[in-house]
Amino acid sequence: MPSNDAAPKGRAARSSSIDWRTVVVNIAIPLAGMLIALTIGAILLVFLNVNPFDAYAVLMGGAFGSWTGLAQALVKATPLLLVGLGICIAFRASVINIGGEGQIIAGALMAAWWPLQFRSWPGWLLISTTLIMGFLAGSIWGFIPGLLKARLKVNEILSTVMMNSIAAQLMNLLIRGPLIDPAGVAAGTYLAQSERLPANAWLPRLVPQTLLNAGAIVAVILAVVVYIFLWRTTIGYRIRAVGLNPDASRYAGINVPFYQALSLTLAGGFAGLAGVVEVLGVQHRLLEGITGGYGFTGIVAALFGGLHPLGAIPASILFGGLLVGADKMQRAVQVPSSLITAILGLVVLFVVGSSIWSKRWAARRKIEAVKESEAAG
Amino acid sequence: MPVETKAQSKHRLEHVEMRQIVKRFPGVLANSKVDFDVRAGEVHALLGENGAGKSTLMRQLYGLYKPDEGEIIIDGNPVVFHSPADAIRAGIGMIHQHFMLVPTLTVAENVILGLTSKHEPILDLDTVSQKILELSRSYGLKVDPAAFVWQLSVGEQQRVEIIKALYRGASLIILDEPTAVLTPQEVTDLFATLKHMVKEGHALVFISHKLHEVMEISDRVTVLRDGQVIGTRPAKEMTRNDLVKMMVGREMKQIAPQPIRSGPVRLKIENLHTMGDRGTEMLRGINLDIHGGEIVGLAGVSGNGQRELAECLSGLRKVTAGRIELDQMDITSLPLKNRVESGLSYIPEERMRDGAIREFSVQENLFLQDHASPQFTRGIFLDFPRMEAFASKMIREFTVKTPSLDTPVKNLSGGNIQKLIMARELARHPKVLIAAQPTRGVDIGATEYIHERLLMQRDAGTAILLISEDLDEIRTLSDRIAIIYEGNIIGIVDRNEATVEQIGLMMAGISMEEAVHHSA
Ligand SMILES: Nc1ncnc2c1ncn2[C@@H]1O[C@H](COP(=O)(O)OP(=O)(O)OP(=O)(O)O)[C@@H](O)[C@H]1O
Ligand SMILES: [Mg+2]
Repeated sequence: MPSNDAAPKGRAARSSSIDWRTVVVNIAIPLAGMLIALTIGAILLVFLNVNPFDAYAVLMGGAFGSWTGLAQALVKATPLLLVGLGICIAFRASVINIGGEGQIIAGALMAAWWPLQFRSWPGWLLISTTLIMGFLAGSIWGFIPGLLKARLKVNEILSTVMMNSIAAQLMNLLIRGPLIDPAGVAAGTYLAQSERLPANAWLPRLVPQTLLNAGAIVAVILAVVVYIFLWRTTIGYRIRAVGLNPDASRYAGINVPFYQALSLTLAGGFAGLAGVVEVLGVQHRLLEGITGGYGFTGIVAALFGGLHPLGAIPASILFGGLLVGADKMQRAVQVPSSLITAILGLVVLFVVGSSIWSKRWAARRKIEAVKESEAAG
Repeated sequence: MPVETKAQSKHRLEHVEMRQIVKRFPGVLANSKVDFDVRAGEVHALLGENGAGKSTLMRQLYGLYKPDEGEIIIDGNPVVFHSPADAIRAGIGMIHQHFMLVPTLTVAENVILGLTSKHEPILDLDTVSQKILELSRSYGLKVDPAAFVWQLSVGEQQRVEIIKALYRGASLIILDEPTAVLTPQEVTDLFATLKHMVKEGHALVFISHKLHEVMEISDRVTVLRDGQVIGTRPAKEMTRNDLVKMMVGREMKQIAPQPIRSGPVRLKIENLHTMGDRGTEMLRGINLDIHGGEIVGLAGVSGNGQRELAECLSGLRKVTAGRIELDQMDITSLPLKNRVESGLSYIPEERMRDGAIREFSVQENLFLQDHASPQFTRGIFLDFPRMEAFASKMIREFTVKTPSLDTPVKNLSGGNIQKLIMARELARHPKVLIAAQPTRGVDIGATEYIHERLLMQRDAGTAILLISEDLDEIRTLSDRIAIIYEGNIIGIVDRNEATVEQIGLMMAGISMEEAVHHSA
């Protein structure tokens, strides 16, 4: 797991000039790690009698070879980033949120219901209130395990996983019952999906002919907001303090359980937003499989981005792209999707591992600078 | 024997040398061409101010860091240690400034941690315990092999660390500030053990900030300053003042505080009761008033309720009965945060764990309590320029040695972390200050400085409760001395009223009248 000092620290971040050698190394080493991972993946592919070059061409080309592929990658990156932002907050407080899936569902349920109640509202009002309500729904799903942890010391890994099952069953129930699409009932198909939302509730599409929507912009803005929140506000400071040393935080008068619960609540809210964006931006209704596994992949993306909200942006795009590529690869070269998952896992392992190397390198470089200044003075 | 010990089989180290050692950290030259050597049968003390590079030098000898330049020579042969495992194999052991035991394991399990058993994968703990008891008998190190480490006092934990080193057959043992956490009695016991070890032909490196200890135990002394060797001398030829001059480059002032007229009662403790961690009553009706402008020293053998009292006063531990008032305001059930806002400061004893966040920067650590004060915020946003200005001022005033404000605290030397916490607590100009072992692990220059600051704070009207195991410190600083015994204050004396012997007797539970009678 990347260490916690990925974040810029006050002054250094603002005043020091850019050291290009460091920048190059910081990009080159993770890339090398990625190459090694792909090489191992290639060996696995050869065992399955698949030409690895073809497979990788599809994997990369699928997402990053065309504009529509890229748009698809960004569509998937959006919920990953939103979930990842919540993960950044929770993990910084040393709270492990495995409940992304359930929180996404909570947000999505709200997004499938709320706009139907207020059809006549203007679009901007309808969309913004839905975003807020979805955030709230997700945060309730995070708040419950948070409260259980704070009050009864219930392990949050356990409780968030259970909340996932509860949400999944609740959704099953609702989209077959109260929320079921009346059109399906009328046609006698009884498809397990909710009613199509009125068009004024849809998030505007950014690129015609694609699913890329304004949710992506919302996610990027929120990444900046979360960054400011964690490193520039008192609440963010306390969340990080609690995560790094609960003893010292308690001695400093910080209410440790409160901030742990708060971080889970916020994490739930961001995952809830991912659900809203999927419904308002992509599907325009709630249907089974709405979470797309983003609740889990978002964790990986956040870790990959060094648990830094801004780092989560490129990480989400990369993983969004890999998901798109993996889809296409599966269809094009008939590779079982579990193998693709394994290769993605390798990539994470090697890139995170290599980031430790580049940190060591940075430390050595600083020492050389000291040596030089000694020699000069 | 079922577990590999190597103790007997290994040859004794005769002469270990470090030559021209250079070690750099980002922004710091921690050791600069250092020569150091130690022989079998001697104690070589390493002295120097906080951040002088003592721990760094010894960590290289123990294989934790690799020297950037220079070499290590054992009995004439150059060696390179890639890890502590190599150093241990060569017969070197180290007792760290901060212990490295696993609290949830027993003593025996800790001792063999990392060793391979002859009957791998089966542990033969009985034979291990046997061997531990043997070592413990022959070196006078009392420990129970079956006890869990979390149950042990600091002194006991240290004995476990020493046994661990002996068990691994170490013939050179490095002790990094071993006495900083010990009670005076424990120090006496430790020294008896060390003297015995030297007689057996062990070589010892001893690091301490307490000069009288260095003079008592060591044969040679090496003084480091800013990473450089100032000199190596036979201990017998040196006076305390010589050592001070070598260490800090000047002489120390004698602190002789003038008593001042104390003001009204600021901290009032009435009939305070509380339970300890193990469910027994640790405070049994404490009564104590501390006036503004007064330092009350709390003397006592550790474990008589000092820690619990400090925790009750700061709001970390629930009071079962009684009352605490700060400036006539009842704070008995206020949470810590509100007490801090009402003007209470607390310097905790376990500062490394409870007082600082290792991964946070120096600046972030300086604002653990006050980051939300209107002075340093705009709304919910932190005001960095203001924080920075204030932080640099504190660092300068309290002479905290750090490459920058952004350096993570874990890269600072032990004593400098202590100073940083002190700076934070005193800069708040508290109404009431609870200081637990405020100069533990701090060099003499900084000790002098901290004493001065405490007195300044007193003169400014703060009521100070000074909890310390260093009776000299208590006697130098306190206006009154309260003696705690088994959860009760069994006597309060004025500074000049009682002799050391009388205080010592009272610490052993003898009442004031009897104590006066005894020593008369
Ligand atoms: N791991 C590290 N990374 C960066 N700097 C370090 C590291 N360890 C030590 N330093 C720096 O090296 C210098 C020497 O530190 P060292 O711990 O050796 O001091 P010391 O003499 O043991 O002091 P003390 O008496 O306070 O324990 C200090 O300035 C410290 O900040
Ligand atoms: Mg040290």
